[in-house]
Amino acid sequence: MLPALLWLAIFMIVPVGLVLAYSVFTRGVYGGIDYIFTWDNFVRAADPLYARIFLTSARVAGLATIFALLIGYPAAYAIGLAPKRHQATLLFFAVLPFWSNYLIRTYAWIVLLNREGLINAGLKALGYQGEPLSILYTEGAVIAGLVYNYLPFVILAIYASLSRLDPQLREASRDLGGGAATTFWRVTLPLTVPGVAAGAVFVFVLSIGNFVTPALLGGGRFQMVGNLVYDQFLTANDWPFGAALGLALITVMLVLLIVQAALTGRAAGEARRPA
Amino acid sequence: MKGSQISATLILIAVFSFLYVPIAVLVLLSFNEAGLPTVWSGFSTRWYASLVHHAEILGAAWNTLVVAVAATAISTVLGTLLALGLETRARRSRGLEALVMAPMIIPDIVLAVSLLSFFSWADVTMGLHTIIASHVVFDLAFVSAVVRAQLKSFDFSIVEASRDLGAGAFTTFRRVVLPVILPGIVAGALLAFTLSVDEFIIAFFTAGAGRDSITLPMQIYSMIRFGVTPEINALATLVMAVSATALLISQRLNRGAIAP
Repeated sequence: MLPALLWLAIFMIVPVGLVLAYSVFTRGVYGGIDYIFTWDNFVRAADPLYARIFLTSARVAGLATIFALLIGYPAAYAIGLAPKRHQATLLFFAVLPFWSNYLIRTYAWIVLLNREGLINAGLKALGYQGEPLSILYTEGAVIAGLVYNYLPFVILAIYASLSRLDPQLREASRDLGGGAATTFWRVTLPLTVPGVAAGAVFVFVLSIGNFVTPALLGGGRFQMVGNLVYDQFLTANDWPFGAALGLALITVMLVLLIVQAALTGRAAGEARRPA
Repeated sequence: MKGSQISATLILIAVFSFLYVPIAVLVLLSFNEAGLPTVWSGFSTRWYASLVHHAEILGAAWNTLVVAVAATAISTVLGTLLALGLETRARRSRGLEALVMAPMIIPDIVLAVSLLSFFSWADVTMGLHTIIASHVVFDLAFVSAVVRAQLKSFDFSIVEASRDLGAGAFTTFRRVVLPVILPGIVAGALLAFTLSVDEFIIAFFTAGAGRDSITLPMQIYSMIRFGVTPEINALATLVMAVSATALLISQRLNRGAIAP
């Protein structure tokens, strides 16, 4: 156990700690770090110019999360309704794309969405005469890419939560006169909150810090926090400011994990509550 | 069929189409003579043939293999020890569990810039070795999770039996524990290998400036960003085929490694 923990200490704890420390130092004249304490990096991150990028990121990540849940919940529910012997296979193939190369999955959307892409070709084949639609390099394309990339995990998380649900609870609801809709809204959905929360946090955290999807599907001009961090480290050479932005991302992640834990705890409490 | 089953089937068809049509289109295009996304001009394997002559892609593929094999070897050994340590501890520490799982949750970009800062602060010349060290960080989390899943159903009383019969700690591990958990270890190793082959962001930040430590995902990224060539469809298809094969084997060895 010790060698592994040592590895994590050297290549995770120390590096992350270092970046957190960088966030309160000053950028050197030629890049690099001057070890002079300052809050400036955080003040700068709150500047309207950057605050807007945070808002854009939060909006894009939020929409991606909502769409992933709207598609993922019915998908997980449908897998749960399939014959027991097929469920593992269905789940495996639902999750398989998640383990394949992220860049390739994103590139597939360039092929679908570009002006000569499949969607425009399809429209033309259907008799559409106008200019090809500019769908690539929009916020919508970025959201589509994020939903596509993280959907498998949402399906997995919600399915796990659904499969832990005691079927007798649903039967009891039906016996007590609850219709299908009532049973879903008042029994099934509240008890699968842990799965929904886990899936949602996952999509939101990975989306808000993403830089690949905005860079490839949003075009060069569409910026999210991840792209900003990338630029500060690799282009502007302003590591302290990049570190402050990274710290902001970690903070968002921690807050969401705490919310998730609270939701999971509450759902567990409700399940245990005597009727 | 009941109404609910019909709608469930329709939902599954729609969702699986959404997941697999984009991938299928790429695979189909990789065999398109013209190399154009929209015009189908006949079946051809010329783009696969031209990959073989593409020196940069071959170099990147070699680097990827070196990184994946090394990171898998290190993380399989360390991850298995970690799993054994965590499962045999009488008192569970939530802090320790969180620490081990953290690399799965920390945003990639944060881990990537942290490692870049660390290597440059420690004055380490970056290259394949720094990519390997960095990949082990998240591979560890996955290997230990898969091996721990296998250990959950392990009956530790046979370890005691082995010790009672006079076997030393190492013999007990090799002859009793290892054979039982080996499928889990191999499944974890295959998962680590796949993740390492596909990982882009951390490799990108920890590779250093030289062209000689470019990995396949980095090569793919620059091909996408700066002028798409038709070879990329063939390359993408091959990379996906390798990942899918490793995962299918991993899944067979350890039911529940990828999806419980």
